[in-house]
Amino acid sequence: MIDVLIDITLLAFLAITSIAILRMTNLFATVMLYGIFSLLSAGLFVVMDAPDVAFTEAAVGAGISTVLMLATLALVKRPQRPFYEEAPRTHRAWLPLVVVVVTGSALIYGTWDIPGFGAADAPAQTHVARYYIDNAMPETGVPNVVTAVLASYRGFDTLGEVTVIFTAAVAVLLLIGGRRSVKADKSKTQEKQDEA
Amino acid sequence: MDFFIGHYNYWIVIILMMVGLYTVISRGNLIKKIIGLNIFQVSVFFLYISLGAVEGGAAPIIAEGVKVYSNPLPHVLILTAIVVGVATTALALALVVRIKESYGTIEEDEIHNLDHSL
Repeated sequence: MIDVLIDITLLAFLAITSIAILRMTNLFATVMLYGIFSLLSAGLFVVMDAPDVAFTEAAVGAGISTVLMLATLALVKRPQRPFYEEAPRTHRAWLPLVVVVVTGSALIYGTWDIPGFGAADAPAQTHVARYYIDNAMPETGVPNVVTAVLASYRGFDTLGEVTVIFTAAVAVLLLIGGRRSVKADKSKTQEKQDEA
Repeated sequence: MDFFIGHYNYWIVIILMMVGLYTVISRGNLIKKIIGLNIFQVSVFFLYISLGAVEGGAAPIIAEGVKVYSNPLPHVLILTAIVVGVATTALALALVVRIKESYGTIEEDEIHNLDHSL
């Protein structure tokens, strides 16, 4: 029962945090709230018996993502005060609101057919998941089923994941790695113009 | 009441999803858009992990005397998704930095105006 209470509370906090992120115009505060959002999600993953996911979310979501966003904020801040303020919106966004409400209602209507939270006889629980829980330990010798599936049964999937990260790293370096030289070129042309 | 507790997770997940989507399409600031995208993404993670949870189940680590485990497959998928998610976030943020260099702003309206005044 206490599990359900923690689950309900954390989800309510998450909903409140997300709305605060939407309403906030100070970008610095928004990024900090996103860090809180990630930390709350890590807690929720623990409550839902997914400690591996919780570790990853706490390290990657609350840690690396937040640091990356802060670094970006430092690079894109306005030249004068307020440094991190979002520009006021010029038009009321009625169409997005309508789209979102309609989509959300359709999705909530769809949840009527989902088996309840934690149902042991749900189709997701009765087919292939059983096989991994029964056989992962004898076949791979790893007690943690998530690790066994990630590194052994679906090892190629993880290789693909590494490829994606590598591609992203190369793209990021291509985009902002050569920045200083570009700036140096610009200042050189500026000097030439000044001389002329 | 059982129906409410059984579906509360999914409803909040959908609310989070829609808040994320609304942030992406209604806010003009590019960093705000990326944060909205991340909220959407995390809500999908919740959906998967909620579907994998089993009442009275333990974390899927084989131990003596434990009979019921939660479903390990959504966990594996979401582990991969989180890491890929941070890679895409990093790429998006790098694009924002480049846009700031070229246009001098990260507000969508101002970028639009600059493009049309050329």
